[in-house]
This record gives sequence, C-alpha cells and structure tokens, in this order.
Amino acid sequence: MDRRRFFATAGTAAGTLLHMKKSEAANAKEGKEFVGVLVDTTRCIGCRACEVACSVAWNNFVPDVKNDNALDHRRDTSDKQYTVVNRFKTEKGDVFVKRQCMHCWQAACVAMCLVNAMYKTKEGPVTWNGEKCLGCRFCMVACPFDIPKAEYLSWNPRIMKCHMCYERLQEGKKPACVEACPADALMFGQKRELMEIARHRVYSHPDKYVHQIYGEQEAGGTGWLYLSAVPFDQIGFRTDLGTTPYPEYTKQFLVSVPLVLFGVPALLLGLSELSDRKNEVRESEGWTETGADE
Amino acid sequence: MNTTAIGTSEFNRVASFIWQELKPRGKWLTPFNVISIPIILLGIGILYFRFVYGIGFVTNLNQYYPLGIWIGFDVVTGVALAGGAYVITFVVYVMRMEKYHSIVRVTVLNGLLAYIFYAGALTLDLGRPWHIVNPIIGNSFGYNSVLFLVSWHFLLYMLTMALEFSPVVAEWAQLEKARKFLSGLTLGAVIFGITLSILHQSGLGALFLMAKPKIHPLWYSEFIPVMFVVSSIYAGLSMIIFEGTISHKVFRDLLAGQDHHRYEEIILGLGKGAAITMFVYYFFQALLFIHEERWELITDAWGYWYLLEVIGLVLIPCFMYAYAVRNRNLGILKVAAVLALLGIILNRLNVTVIAYRWYDVDKYYPSWQEIVVTLTVVFTEIWIFRWIVTRMPVFGKRR
Repeated sequence: MDRRRFFATAGTAAGTLLHMKKSEAANAKEGKEFVGVLVDTTRCIGCRACEVACSVAWNNFVPDVKNDNALDHRRDTSDKQYTVVNRFKTEKGDVFVKRQCMHCWQAACVAMCLVNAMYKTKEGPVTWNGEKCLGCRFCMVACPFDIPKAEYLSWNPRIMKCHMCYERLQEGKKPACVEACPADALMFGQKRELMEIARHRVYSHPDKYVHQIYGEQEAGGTGWLYLSAVPFDQIGFRTDLGTTPYPEYTKQFLVSVPLVLFGVPALLLGLSELSDRKNEVRESEGWTETGADE
Repeated sequence: MNTTAIGTSEFNRVASFIWQELKPRGKWLTPFNVISIPIILLGIGILYFRFVYGIGFVTNLNQYYPLGIWIGFDVVTGVALAGGAYVITFVVYVMRMEKYHSIVRVTVLNGLLAYIFYAGALTLDLGRPWHIVNPIIGNSFGYNSVLFLVSWHFLLYMLTMALEFSPVVAEWAQLEKARKFLSGLTLGAVIFGITLSILHQSGLGALFLMAKPKIHPLWYSEFIPVMFVVSSIYAGLSMIIFEGTISHKVFRDLLAGQDHHRYEEIILGLGKGAAITMFVYYFFQALLFIHEERWELITDAWGYWYLLEVIGLVLIPCFMYAYAVRNRNLGILKVAAVLALLGIILNRLNVTVIAYRWYDVDKYYPSWQEIVVTLTVVFTEIWIFRWIVTRMPVFGKRR
C-alpha cells in the first residue's frame, strides 16, 4: 500500500513537472490562451454535485444536498461556499443556474487591489493571496458580480471566492465542479474553443437557446460562459453591466495622475514666483532705470 | 568628549521638558471630558472585540456592504473636511496673502491630526491590518490600482504636513537651529502637499468609479474625482470657519493677544472663497445633470434626496455665504458653514454608503458600536488637539 502510494505521488509529481514544461512551451509558442468553463443551463439538472465537489475540494462547508431544501429560495455564494446552484421558475419550466466567480478577462477586483493579492494568472483564473491581502474589501466594491466574500467573523479574515481550482489546473486536472457534473452541463477549455462550441449549439438549436452567450461581452468578457433557454435577466443575471472592461473606468484617472504630479508643482512654483513681493520691487526698480535711460 | 557631555545634558533637558509638558493641566470636570472619557473607554472596549472576534462581531457590514461609516465617514468624509490645510497653505505660501498667515499653524495642525486619526481609522477597518506595510515595501505593488496611489499619497501627505508643522514643534522644544532649517523647507513641502492633496482627494472619488452598477446614477459619473477635489476646497474652508468659531470660544485666553477685527476679516475672506468654489461646484453638478439627462431620475424619493443635497446643502449655503460676506454678517456665515459641512457629509456618505446599492431592500445602517468607535476617533483627536494647542505656539504666542 505504502509503495503504491509512493509511486502514485511520484507519478503525479513527475506528470506535473512534465505538464508544466509542456504548458510553458505551449504558452510561448501560441501566446497566452485563457481557460474558462461553458455552462449550459439547459442541461443542468440541479443535482448540486458541483457544490459538494467544490466544498470537499477546498475544505468549505459541504451542504446536505438531499435534505436542506436549498433550491426553494435564492442563495448566493458566501464566505463558506464558492459556488451555489439556484432554481428559477420560468416559462420554459425550472431552470437551474450555477453561480461562482466569472473570472473576468480584465477583472475589476484585480485592478482595484493595491497589493496584487487578487491576481489574474496567465492561465486565466483569478486567484487570491492571503499573504498579501490587507482585507480592505475594495475588491468587493469593484466586482460587478458581487463575488468576493469576506469572513467577517474572523480575526484573520480571508476573501473567499472561486479560483477555478487553480491548483488542480496546474496538476493537469479539471476544476472539481466540472469533473463532478453528471449532466455534462459544464465544459472546461480555452475560451476560444468554448465560444465555438457555444455558438454551434445556439446555431444548430435556434429554438432551444436565446441568441446570447452571457460572458462573451459582459464586463469586457468573462472566463465563464453561459447558455440559456430564457432571457438572462429571468435567471438572475445582471444585464446592465455593459461591455466595457471595468478597469477602463479608472484609466482616465490613472493617466492624469502623472500629469498632475509634474504639472501642478511647476504651476505652483511659477505662481509663487509671480506673487513674491521681492520680485515685484526689483522689477519696479528695473523699470525706473530703463525709463531713465530713455 | 566635550560635545557628548553637552549632547547628554541637552537630551536630559529636552526629556525632562517633555515629561513636564505631558502632565495634564486645567480643570478635569469639564462637560467635554465628562462626555468624551466614557465614550473613548467604551470605544476601546469595542475595538478589543473587533480585533479578537472579527469586524462582523461589532459592525453591521455584510457581503453586499463591505464599507460602512468607518470608511464612508471617518476616512472619505474626514479627508474632505481636512482639505483646509492644502487650501490655506496655497493661499499663504504660494499666493502670499499675508492676511491668512495667522491661521496657517492651526489649520495645518488640524489637517495633520485629521489625517492621522481619520485615515488612521482605516486600520480599524482593514481585515488584516498587519499587512498594511505591503503596499509600501516588498514586491506587492499594484501599479494600476487607484487604491495603491491613494495609499501612497496619504502616507506622503502625512509626512509633508508633519514637515509643515515641524517648525512649531521645534519652537516648542526650543531647538532654534532645527526650527530655522525646517522653516526653510516649507515652500517645497507646501507645493508637494498641494499636489498630493489634489491627487488623493480625487483618488478617493476614483475608488468608486468601478462601482458603476452599484451607485445610484444621480451620484455616479465619470467626473466623481473632479467633483471630490472641488468640493474638498469649500469643505476645508467651511471647516476652518466652523473650527475657528469653536476655538474662539474654548481657547479664548490663548487668543487674547489677537485682534478680533482681523479675525473677522479672515473668516469673511474664507467665506468669500467658499461661496465662489461652491458656485463652481454647483455649476458642475448642473452640467452633469443636463449632460447625463437626469430629469427622469428626480421624480422619486432618491431624486428628492439628491435635490436636498445639491440645492439645500450646496446652493443655499452658497448664497448664504455670499449674503453674509456682502453684509458682514458673521451669524449667517457660521450657519452657512454648518450647512455646507452637512452637505459634504451627505455627499460622501451618499456615494459610499447611502446611494450605494440603492436598489437593495436590506440597506446597511451603522450599528451602535460603529457609531461609538467613530466618536472615539473624533474625541481622541480633539484630546490630542487640545493638548498640543495649550502647549505649543499654535495660535501665535506660547503660553
């Protein structure tokens, strides 16, 4: 048993190393490709296996799926669960929607963070680093999807949010929720491929899907993409977020900072010279002298 | 060896002097002490629970309202109200208007203490305050972050104001050489300080630019940073008038040497400045209102709330200031200052807390513990202010 475990560990480690080398080479050759997940809400059966798998993988609160009747009311991700599934009653029957971090292409939380604790990895997941975090919670202000959650009842609070199982991805595995999904509602891959698959499904079944892929453009594009049979505002999505990446909203300000930093002192020094009485007196003296010369 | 001996005796002199100065003076049973001491003690007790059991144990913050009055009032409003320091140093050291020289020291002291306490209140709100050095040292620079810039500007501005105030401390400690050297740095410090102030006053507004879907459209625009800077000018001026009025009552004996007529001229001048900047600010608000076609938004309760702020607490005090200056009416001037300050408090709280997630049913409101801690911060600052002005030559002559 021990020997077998040893071989398993060694194998995983070697595999990881090989994989890392390979992915680095791939990144260098093709440029970076962000990964994401395609959620097809028409396939989701609301079994909440993803919730359980996620919480088991990351040592969070594991819901009692069979007995807690959690689908009866709207829930949100919390400081105890990175992902939740909600049920929406629509004209096309019950629709189940999984919710978690969207892993924005240009994430507001990352742009807001002053210490890079929120970090967009080159693979695509947005991760959080507790060694750096100040706990200022401005990432929660910035996030248009209200995803980061703080542990308010802890002396050393963490910011809790889905990190697309970044550690598992590095081992070459899929995110825990994707692996657990029995209905094939979740598909992991590079966004470009996922977009093609999503478009293919919409085009080949135009009656089944609305003609929108949520996450293609929203907030500048997200890593997680959603397909739906009913308009997205009926299944708990905000459709007023716009297509501008959120960091763009602060760009104008950031560009003007160096201008102010160098322009204003120059202006103030000039003003100070102009208002100096000593200069005034000297000038008036000079004026009389030249006047006398004439 | 000789120099060492002198150094030691000098050190002993300064040490015993400071020890003497640390002792309390005056009556103990004043109304202010009777109110503030129990509140400060209670506040310290609450902070114990906050650091042991977490922020959520004493505040009403939740996952949708990550910022409460500790940020919205203490930090964002407090910094706006402390804008007087950069405005007055501009007027006196850059524009060289000597008329206002006598209020520079007290205004800079107020600014410095406000930053130390109100920006310092930030550490009470941070989940992991021991990481506060991360943006300053180490490899954790979030260069593209507005918050990163604001934190650096806060820090540098506090050092700048300390430098601006340092000649007073040197004079108090009777260190003549140091005083001369530090006085020589004032103009540079002032220019740097004004620049930093413009940047972080606007930066505090820029922090909320990414909260676009969460702030009511009457309070959100891409020009929040500009509005924050312009309003900080009249906020600072109004605060000087307000504080000056109280100081003239409380520290009457310290101000005995001052010409009362001259002081009147000063606050009337400040009122004039406030009236002009308020009108500019109101004009910007009106432009935004027309440009962003906000007509439909003012028909509901949020619209009336907005009108209360912009008409009732900007335009009306603006006219009151203008009237008071024209007729030399100090009573109306002081009322205008109070209204203008209320307008600033309301504006900052609207952006950060009240109109933030206006669509929610369960709104955030502060817990009693949050209010007590806020009062603790304010009262402690007043205690330190009182200690300094009764010992150092802030109002002019040394006591």
